[in-house]
Amino acid sequence: MGLALSVILYVTLGVFIIGTLRRIARYASTPAPLKIPTTPAPTTRSGVVMRLGREVVLFESLFKASKWTWLFGWLFHAGLFFVLLAHLRYFTEPVWWWVALLSQFSPYFGMMMLIGLAGLLARRFLVDRVRYISAPSDYLMLVFLMVIAGSGLAMRYWLHADIVQVKEFALGLLAFDFGILSFNPILVLHLLLVAFLLLIFPFSKLLHAPGLFFSPSRNQVDNPREKRHIAAWAKSANTNSTEKSRG
Amino acid sequence: MAKAPDFEVQDIGDYLVTPPVMPDSMAHSQPFVAKKEHQEALGFPGELIDNWQEVAVAKLGELTKKYRGLQVYLDSCVKCGACTDKCHYFLGTGDPKNMPVARQDLLRKVYRRYYTLPGKYFPKLVGAEDLTEEVLDDWYKYYHQCSQCRRCSVYCPYGIDTAEVSMAAREIMDTVGKGQKYCNEIIGKVHTLGNNLGLPEKALAHTLEGLEEDVLEDDGVAVKFPLDVKGADVLLVTPSADFFAEPHIDGLIGYAKVFHQAGLSWTVSSHASEAANFGLFIGSYENMQKVALRIREAALELGVKRIVFGECGHAWRVGYSFLNTLAGPFDFLDSNYPVPQHIIEVTHDLLKQGRIKLDPEANDDKRVTFHDSCNVARASRMGSKAGGQFVLPREVIKAACNNFFDMRSDTIEEATFCCGGGGGLLTDDLIELRTKGALPRMQALKEVSDQHQITHMAAICAICKSQFSKVLPYYGFEMDQIISVHQLVGDALVMNTEH
Repeated sequence: MGLALSVILYVTLGVFIIGTLRRIARYASTPAPLKIPTTPAPTTRSGVVMRLGREVVLFESLFKASKWTWLFGWLFHAGLFFVLLAHLRYFTEPVWWWVALLSQFSPYFGMMMLIGLAGLLARRFLVDRVRYISAPSDYLMLVFLMVIAGSGLAMRYWLHADIVQVKEFALGLLAFDFGILSFNPILVLHLLLVAFLLLIFPFSKLLHAPGLFFSPSRNQVDNPREKRHIAAWAKSANTNSTEKSRG
Repeated sequence: MAKAPDFEVQDIGDYLVTPPVMPDSMAHSQPFVAKKEHQEALGFPGELIDNWQEVAVAKLGELTKKYRGLQVYLDSCVKCGACTDKCHYFLGTGDPKNMPVARQDLLRKVYRRYYTLPGKYFPKLVGAEDLTEEVLDDWYKYYHQCSQCRRCSVYCPYGIDTAEVSMAAREIMDTVGKGQKYCNEIIGKVHTLGNNLGLPEKALAHTLEGLEEDVLEDDGVAVKFPLDVKGADVLLVTPSADFFAEPHIDGLIGYAKVFHQAGLSWTVSSHASEAANFGLFIGSYENMQKVALRIREAALELGVKRIVFGECGHAWRVGYSFLNTLAGPFDFLDSNYPVPQHIIEVTHDLLKQGRIKLDPEANDDKRVTFHDSCNVARASRMGSKAGGQFVLPREVIKAACNNFFDMRSDTIEEATFCCGGGGGLLTDDLIELRTKGALPRMQALKEVSDQHQITHMAAICAICKSQFSKVLPYYGFEMDQIISVHQLVGDALVMNTEH
């Protein structure tokens, strides 16, 4: 049991890391030949850092767009962020104090995730415009995430997993030392779905996470008149010398 | 309007109601396809090539490697729905393929099918589709129902810009021989004659002479409209509609009066007698650059010190955001001024320096609101501060006119609605789309008119002006309620003979 899960987790984590890094390398190496920030845009680099910061932390643009989508989306992502941090308690020994503190509250974060996801799923069914644009995979991802959050909460309150053994297993994963994991269907479901999302991350819309940082409409500085912007492939087409243009 | 439209114009009705999804309600709308000669003049195949599928898919792959924006936008959409009620064409038609995300998906589903693993192996699951003739037809219809106004990109949590997707799609269609007549014919005219209207130099000279006579007659002041004057300080690059169309021409008279009164020597160029650059609309870097280079050539030829753009939305996007990239460096111009400058920036500076004076009482017969043009609002800037593109025109208007009232805050500035005719759609074969797409702006105009008895809406874009002259009557307004900002300026300018 432990061995099989270990292999699955290693493989999917490997796909996740390598696949996402390759994708990021692709984004980073693809030129943005023209200045296309959505204006008004910051006129300095530090302004851009602030703009991206507000997008990542507060979902600024989504807030402008739709308060309901913002509420559910933000609840889910904030919940997920803190739940992930709280899971560090399985990978640290001794457990860092702030992780221990966070994990006191992790059921609330799990609830935030569930409420957010339920709201987003409801929108897919109830709002005709959102229903129109939803593919089966869009529903499935929300359902998978709900099952992950739900199974996590279930193990906390109801079908308890052997926490000590889970922690030994997790630490073993870090040390490439395959541990034992007694069969707990909820835990297996929880881990397999996490593994599945890791696997599809580099090939799916989950790429929105790194994508935001490479979005020219959000990450470009608005200074085209002050600083001439030239991208790689357009270089050869942009060697205007005064002489050449006269001819 | 003498002739009743052959489509139903929606009642202005309640303010900004999001319509229910009405599939295929605009499936009949598409512009005329470019003829062989229009295509070939731009280096595109004359008609749909035999292996168009293969070439289109390859071109799509090529574009994702050339444009980071396109690559990131195709990957990142999570279908959250934030943009679904933001497009004026969706709000005006209810056709779900006019929701920005659905419009993008027309290309994205093909991208997913050919360039992603899940799309290759589980197309149904992830909404991936083969590129079929039906899909190509949808591309042609719905990528010509996007005015590339970027309103959706304001609201997208990842800044996904449908304009970029629609430009890529149009470039792919051009590459396989299915271009749009309106845009491609016009770009061809610029390449050969220097302007969208196809005005030869002689006609332009004649027009400008006529304007000098008109102004002398009306105001008793000998305002010049110089053409191809070597050694002038300022090269004015303005949309060619300013030379002929109403109400544009009164804006041109306004610029000329400002130059005259400030004592600036200026000239129009017959080689670059066009600020508009439709190369942007069809997503063709090469064509856009070729058009932009005419401005550089004219500036060098005439030996000017500054380049100033007249009132035109997308031209200002290309001028402000791209000109330095496409046709720079402009190290041969006076470095005390930004290159290029907008005429609003020039007038604003002159007002601040006290070099010109406006008497707002001259416009007391008008109660004015301002339409932020999409490309100025969301793809450019004026002045030195972010958001100057909203502040400067309003300050100029307020200096020229005592009665100014803004429309609702969610319909102006970065949230402004496109006039409905931008992005290469200002053609009679799309009049139904243009009229319906104007609905959100018309609703906001109606609201501010009811509250403040607005008589005129000022704009700083040639396309907006032409579009509104055409569609205002469909909604119960008069066609001459749309005016140039520089018409207000010209009428209020205190002229004296000191210079």
